[in-house]
Amino acid sequence: MISGSLTTEEILEIFRKICLIRYFELNLKRVYDAGLMPRIPIYLSVGQETIAASLSMIYKGASLFGQHRGHGIYLAFGGNPAQLIDELLGLPTGCAGGMGGSASIQCPEIKMFGHDGLMGTQVPIGVGYAIGTGQTTITFMGDASAEEGYVLGAIGYAATKKAPILFVVCDNGLSILTKKDVRRNWNMADHAGFGMITMDMTDDPWEIIRIGKLFKDQLPALINIRTNRELWHAGTGRDGEPNEFNRFNVTKNDIAIAGLKIEADIIEKEIEASIEALWNQRLQLAGRL
Amino acid sequence: MESKITTGRETIMTVAETIREITKKHLLSGGVALGQCLTAVGWVGGTVPELTEQDGLMELSMDDTAGGGIAVGLALAGKRPIYIVRYQGFQWFNAAMIVNYAAKSKDMWGIHCPVFVRSVAMEGSIGPVASSSHHGMFTRMPGIEVVAPMTPAEYVSTWEYFMSHDVPIYVSEHRKSFPIDYELPHIIKPKADITLFPISVGRLNALEAVKELEKEGITCNLVHIIKLKPFVPSNFMLKALTDSTHGGVVIDTDFENGVSKCIAHDLMLASDRKVHTLGLKERAAGFAPHLDNLPPSLEEIIEKVKELIKK
Repeated sequence: MISGSLTTEEILEIFRKICLIRYFELNLKRVYDAGLMPRIPIYLSVGQETIAASLSMIYKGASLFGQHRGHGIYLAFGGNPAQLIDELLGLPTGCAGGMGGSASIQCPEIKMFGHDGLMGTQVPIGVGYAIGTGQTTITFMGDASAEEGYVLGAIGYAATKKAPILFVVCDNGLSILTKKDVRRNWNMADHAGFGMITMDMTDDPWEIIRIGKLFKDQLPALINIRTNRELWHAGTGRDGEPNEFNRFNVTKNDIAIAGLKIEADIIEKEIEASIEALWNQRLQLAGRL
Repeated sequence: MESKITTGRETIMTVAETIREITKKHLLSGGVALGQCLTAVGWVGGTVPELTEQDGLMELSMDDTAGGGIAVGLALAGKRPIYIVRYQGFQWFNAAMIVNYAAKSKDMWGIHCPVFVRSVAMEGSIGPVASSSHHGMFTRMPGIEVVAPMTPAEYVSTWEYFMSHDVPIYVSEHRKSFPIDYELPHIIKPKADITLFPISVGRLNALEAVKELEKEGITCNLVHIIKLKPFVPSNFMLKALTDSTHGGVVIDTDFENGVSKCIAHDLMLASDRKVHTLGLKERAAGFAPHLDNLPPSLEEIIEKVKELIKK
C-alpha cells in the first residue's frame, strides 16, 4: 500500500528507477545471451530493483559500498548507464575503465566505491569510511556475505562507535543455491543488530521508504530486506518465476490502485525503449552490433 | 622526551621514540592511527603516543580481519591511517583487505588508498603464529610496497615517503629495533669473499657475523636491504656482489620461500652471480626454547658463510 505521504512525482520517480534497473538488466541479459559482449561473470538484480530504487530516494548523497551485485545501486543513485554498458563491454570508457566488469563497478560521481570480490569486505571498509568522513554511508550485502565473521565484527564496531552507516541486507534466502536455514538459525535483524535499530521487512518499496526515513536520523541502523531475485546468482539463467512474489508486478499493481496506471505504463514503455536504444547504440559504437 | 642523537638535519631519537613522534604529529594534523590493545604492553613498546580517540587514536575491536577493512575505509576517507598490528603473524587475518583492496584500488578504480601498516615482529617463545616477520606474504601482491626499517633515519625516510606517495605501505618492524638510536651503514671491503644482504633484525646478527668472520680471515661486504618491494638492485649492491669472490647471501627473518628468494633471484639476474638465502627454518615454531624457530643467529650466519666459501 502506497503511503499517503508520498507525492505523485515521488511515486513515479521510484517506479522510473525500478524500470531503469529492470530494463537495463533485461537488455544486459539479451546482449549476454546473444553473445554480443565478453563472457565475463555477470550478477543481475532483476526482481530486487526496489531496494536500491527506494533507498536512493531517501539517502541522496550518501556514500555507497556495494558488493558484486551492484548495477541496481549504480543506476538508482544516478550512475551513468552508458558508462556502465561500456564497462560491461570491457571498454576504457567504462565506469571502471574495463577493470570492474559487472562485479567491481564504481562511480565516483555518486560516491559509489568499487568492490574487490571478497564477500562482505564492503562492510568493514564502509564502516571505516563512515567513521573517517562522518558522512552518511550505506553498505549493501547479501544474506550470505552477512555471515562473514568480519562483517559481523564490523557491524558491531559501527554500533559501538555510532558510525553514520546504514547496513542493508538483500536477503533472498540463498547463498547461490544453499538455503539460509541450512546455513544458520539466526537472522540479521534480531541477532546482528548489536543494539542498533533494526528491521526485518520485505522489499515493498513504500515500506522501505518509510523505514528508510525513520532510520535516517538514527544511524547506525540495519535493515534486512527479504527479496526474490529472478535470475541466477551469476549469469542470466532463470529457474522459473520468483518463489514467493513478483515485486515488479506487485509494485505496478500498487501504483495502479493509487490511480497512476496510465502514467506508470508510459514511464515503463519509455524506459524500455530508451534503454534498449542506448544498449544498441553502445554496442554499435563498440563494433559489436 | 630526551633526544639521543643530533644530526645536521634534525634530531634523531630511538626508533620507538621516532615512531611515537611521527604518530603524534600525524594525529595532531588530523590523521588517524588504529589498532587493537594499543595501551597494552607499554603502548606497543612505547611507539604509540598516549592520546585518546578524540585525538584520532582508535582502539579497534578484536576482529582482526574487520580491522584491516576499517583501516582501508579510513584510507578511502583521506585519513592516511597508521594501522598498527602488534604481531606480524596476526597479518594472516589482517592482510585480506589491505592486499586485496588497498593494494589494488588504484589499478582497479584509479582511487588511491594509502594505508601505513605498522607490523611488529618479535621473536622468542611466542609460538607458531606470532613469531618473527611475515613480510613475504605482502610482497606477493601488486600495488603495495614493503619496507623493513631498523633505524630512526630509515623510519623517518619511510614515513616521508608514505606521506609524499599515495600507495599502501607495509612496514615490517621488529621490536629489537625500538631501542636503536644509531644508523647502520653498509660495509664494503676490498676483495671481499662474500656479500651479506640482511633484512630486518637479521641485520644486527649479520653485523656481528662480519666482525667474527673477519677474525678468521673471511672478509664480508654487508649491504642492508631496507626496501623489500619493489626491490631494485642498485649499482652499489651489484658492485659489492660482483666484487665478491663467492657471490652473496640474503639473510631474512621470514621463511626463505618468501621475499628473500625473490631478492636473491633479482640480484642473480642482474649480476650473474650466485646469491643464496638464509631465513627461518621450514618448520613451525614451538614454545619451548629448543623448539623455537628464530631468525638466523650469529652462529648460523657464520656457518652458512663458511659453507658457501667452503672454508
